[in-house]
Amino acid sequence: MILIHCPYCDEKRPEIEFANAGQAHIARPLDPSGQSDAEWETYLFIRANPRGRHHERWRHVHGCGRFFNAVRDTVTDKFETTYKAGEPRR
Amino acid sequence: MTRFSALSLFTKAFGGHQNWPAQWHDAAPKPAYDAIIVGGGGHGLGAAYYLAKKYGINNVAVLEKGWIGGGNTGRNTTIIRSNYLYDESAHLYDHAVKLWDGLSQELNYNIMYSKRGVMMLAHNVHDVQSLQRHINANRLNGVDNEWLTPEEAKAYCPPLNISPDARHPVLGAALQRRGGTARHDSVAWGYARAAAALGVDIIQNCAVTGIRRGADGAVEGVETTRGYIASKRVGVSAAGNTSVIMQMAGLDFPLESYPLQALVSEPIKPTFPCVVMSNTVHAYMSQSDKGELVIGAGTDQYVSYSQRGALHIVEHTLAAICEIFPIYRRMRMLRTWGGIVDVTPDRSPILGKTPVQGLYVNCGWGTGGFKATPGAGDLLAYTMAKDEPHRINAPFNLDRFRNGRLIDEAAAAAVAH
Repeated sequence: MILIHCPYCDEKRPEIEFANAGQAHIARPLDPSGQSDAEWETYLFIRANPRGRHHERWRHVHGCGRFFNAVRDTVTDKFETTYKAGEPRR
Repeated sequence: MTRFSALSLFTKAFGGHQNWPAQWHDAAPKPAYDAIIVGGGGHGLGAAYYLAKKYGINNVAVLEKGWIGGGNTGRNTTIIRSNYLYDESAHLYDHAVKLWDGLSQELNYNIMYSKRGVMMLAHNVHDVQSLQRHINANRLNGVDNEWLTPEEAKAYCPPLNISPDARHPVLGAALQRRGGTARHDSVAWGYARAAAALGVDIIQNCAVTGIRRGADGAVEGVETTRGYIASKRVGVSAAGNTSVIMQMAGLDFPLESYPLQALVSEPIKPTFPCVVMSNTVHAYMSQSDKGELVIGAGTDQYVSYSQRGALHIVEHTLAAICEIFPIYRRMRMLRTWGGIVDVTPDRSPILGKTPVQGLYVNCGWGTGGFKATPGAGDLLAYTMAKDEPHRINAPFNLDRFRNGRLIDEAAAAAVAH
């Protein structure tokens, strides 16, 4: 089981305390009715799915309950860093 | 290709199994082909076979980055069924089941398709209603499926615990008798042998590193670790690595890749006559001809290409197995492994053309691609040969994520997620 550092609790805790919440830094459209079908497709369904460095959201569901962002390598599953929601992409 | 027959097998057996010839030629890449398949799993090898056999395109290469059948074809739990809820899915998966029937004879290679039945358990009222809805929908589509009482389920699969005070009480089950298992390695080998005999080049240790496109945007060929290979038709059947390949053509795909785990026990005498699935508590199991219990666990929650998963996923499944089949509580597990499955937002595959001329895709089978192997191969071959999808795979296009015509098997389906 992987260990994940929660930037709010500032502790490394086992993965079963966390829920993965998908790709990070996907901005919700500010003008929903002005979006084209292609823009909706990208927002809702297209995902980076990289082999390597990946930005993703996690939620410390069985801890502080807060969302944060992480950078993880999808080949080794090793975390490069985790940082608080709202902080710039690393 | 030497044809197998009872006589040829006897002769080799009495000869001490010496001098078996190689079943197919391990080819080196030629400079150009009429069609290239990226990915030497069952789906890709099947597509190459049907291109040559049914659609008259014999100058075909299958490019495999590792060894054939070494990806998800060799990592799944070999279950075959077609009891999907929606019309489009039922037609797609039943097309495959019809091809499984008679495939051993067609390929002259024993793929050991065993119609031992796939039984899905209902543990609560919602399960009962959902499975009965599936049964009715399946029958309207000509797919066999029937309801069993707990006692009938127990008679069909004696290790089942139907005690009313069980942790996961069994309120009934849906049984698809045509469902069952097949020998997964044989499927890859059988297709490889039959395809090679029709002139297909099977090229292993050949990873695709780029897709070359002409001025008009159409595909011209692929860059590989074994050099450039030209072809105006490229079919990608690369499962968990599809996003990576598609990026090479500048296409972003609605896919995420997750590790899906499976495990086998020590081999024991035949005790488990069918396939049992319980989607509610996430456990499914069958017994292989070697005697191992073959158990399917779940996916990890994060995107990964690691081909291994976390232990707590396996523990969760085994806890359920021990409750549903108490006789196996003292069994020891021998091996666990993971495969990388490519999951679409609606849990249905993408099988058809792409926005790039000459580039075709077969992906998004998620946690359940093995059962579709012959059907997916046949339909990818059809789509590549005619440059248009067959009516069976037409609904499974890439456009559905733009126009909203999703085939949302995830919410209401019999699939184990």
